[in-house]
Amino acid sequence: MRDLHLPLNQTQRVRLEAALHELQTLAPAAASAAAVTVADTIPVNHEDNILKGHGTTDQDGEVVATLCGVVERVNKLVYVRTLRARYKPEVGDIIVGRVIEIAPKRWRLEINFSQDAVLMLSSMNLPDGIQRRRTAVDELNMRSIFEENDVVCAEVRGFQHDGSLHLQARSQKYGKLKRGQLLTVPPYLVKRRKQHFHHLEQYDVDLILGCNGFIWVGEHVVVNEITTFNEDQEKLSAEVETFTPMETRKHICRLANAARVLSALGFTLTIELIIQTAEASLSSNVKINDMLGAEFYVQTAETEAKRRADLLGRKKGGAR
Amino acid sequence: MEHVNPLTGFRVDGRRPNEMRQLRGEVGVVSRADGSALFEMGNTRVIAAVYGPREIQNRSQQVNLKEALVRCEYRMAEFSTGDRRRKPKGDRRSTEISLVIRQTMEASILTHLMPHSQIDIFVQVLQADGGTRSACINAATLALADAGIPMKDIVTSCSAGYLCSTPLLDLNYIEDSAGGPDVTVGILAKMDKVTLLQMDAKLPMDTFETVMELATEGCKAIATYIREVLLENTKQLECQRG
Repeated sequence: MRDLHLPLNQTQRVRLEAALHELQTLAPAAASAAAVTVADTIPVNHEDNILKGHGTTDQDGEVVATLCGVVERVNKLVYVRTLRARYKPEVGDIIVGRVIEIAPKRWRLEINFSQDAVLMLSSMNLPDGIQRRRTAVDELNMRSIFEENDVVCAEVRGFQHDGSLHLQARSQKYGKLKRGQLLTVPPYLVKRRKQHFHHLEQYDVDLILGCNGFIWVGEHVVVNEITTFNEDQEKLSAEVETFTPMETRKHICRLANAARVLSALGFTLTIELIIQTAEASLSSNVKINDMLGAEFYVQTAETEAKRRADLLGRKKGGAR
Repeated sequence: MEHVNPLTGFRVDGRRPNEMRQLRGEVGVVSRADGSALFEMGNTRVIAAVYGPREIQNRSQQVNLKEALVRCEYRMAEFSTGDRRRKPKGDRRSTEISLVIRQTMEASILTHLMPHSQIDIFVQVLQADGGTRSACINAATLALADAGIPMKDIVTSCSAGYLCSTPLLDLNYIEDSAGGPDVTVGILAKMDKVTLLQMDAKLPMDTFETVMELATEGCKAIATYIREVLLENTKQLECQRG
């Protein structure tokens, strides 16, 4: 399995295999039947003139897959949903990225897309919070907002005519992320939801599930919609003095490791599952650094198999 | 030296003339890459890693604005052959094979879907026992499919030779260095089109056809195997995702 080169002992290997097999049997039969690889013919009924979507082409009148993935059918549209691939942006997605370059009036961000994303200075809220034209002075002070290698949270604004991707950060909730960890997971593990920002009050931690598979786990910051410039300055100097408490730092590491384990096992990352895994590690007294060890992987896989079995059982019970 | 036993008809490693070496393919062996694969044909063992589509690093290399740039680097590990020798990076042989692999893969990748980006393919031979060129192409196909890069068809490659007046499939190192003709064929498996054909000796026309036929059959067998590996991997990922 991917990313998982663990020194498993005999019992652990057997247990992991059993858990994974259990997951395979629990998955709906339709899911594995709809799986296709490159150059597989997708069976369609040609009479109801279908629309070919992403990952398909036409070869001698047949619909043929060009990707490995799962066939999805929505009314007349037939497309292939990829599993392991780079991020495919949609307008309005919340993403986390890393600044790699500062160009005139814009920042370039690495977001796991086929190109670098562009964040224009004009689509940013200025730190003074006043709406006005961006001047040359603003342009010179761009490094005071984001520098190279900063981690930034933003929203997908749209595509330009040449195919490049533009971002925006027009709210206080977007912007630079500090005091935390950035994880990268395959984008197919993050589902688009209503809520991508999560404040976990019990841990005093912010968790951002970026649609591009970049996940931020960091100390909670209080979002202040109305901040004046002076206040900001005061906050800065105060910030230098107050460190993140040890307790919070431990929580950040624990949650981050939980997400790492889940992504290595290939489970969809939801906020509930991450919290559950972190709680499970706490209740079974697993140390933070032991969470990435073999035993906890096997445990997590087993718990997940049981959870899905329960879910399926409840569904069936409800149907009856 | 006799490469085919006149009595039994077996080859030096105990295979029949039209028998392939054992295949093994594994997907997802390099964790940092977008797609990666390990491919074995008998004792030949190759690892491939694909990065991209990603932002073009060197704009001067960009030829066509509307298509993705495909780059390929072939390298033999120092420990891959019998004698351990430091191999310079840009020697003629590896440059040529890099080019061959790049052109073969480019024929199948739908580059027009990924404008302003580049795809890097790195293949490294871990163990060389003849047919590294074919093994590299097969590994690259697996890795590209793993990276979720759209392709027209699965490209596979296999070699065949002609020794002791017998057409032989999938030559190993001993047979390869015997001095007979070595035909490497790469095909688009489903469309049944040839994308690569190399031969470094002369062969009479009718013999060439039988040898090429044999190599094509080998390619198709490899294609079936590769699709099995990919389908198995896709199903597993989907089931675990839940």
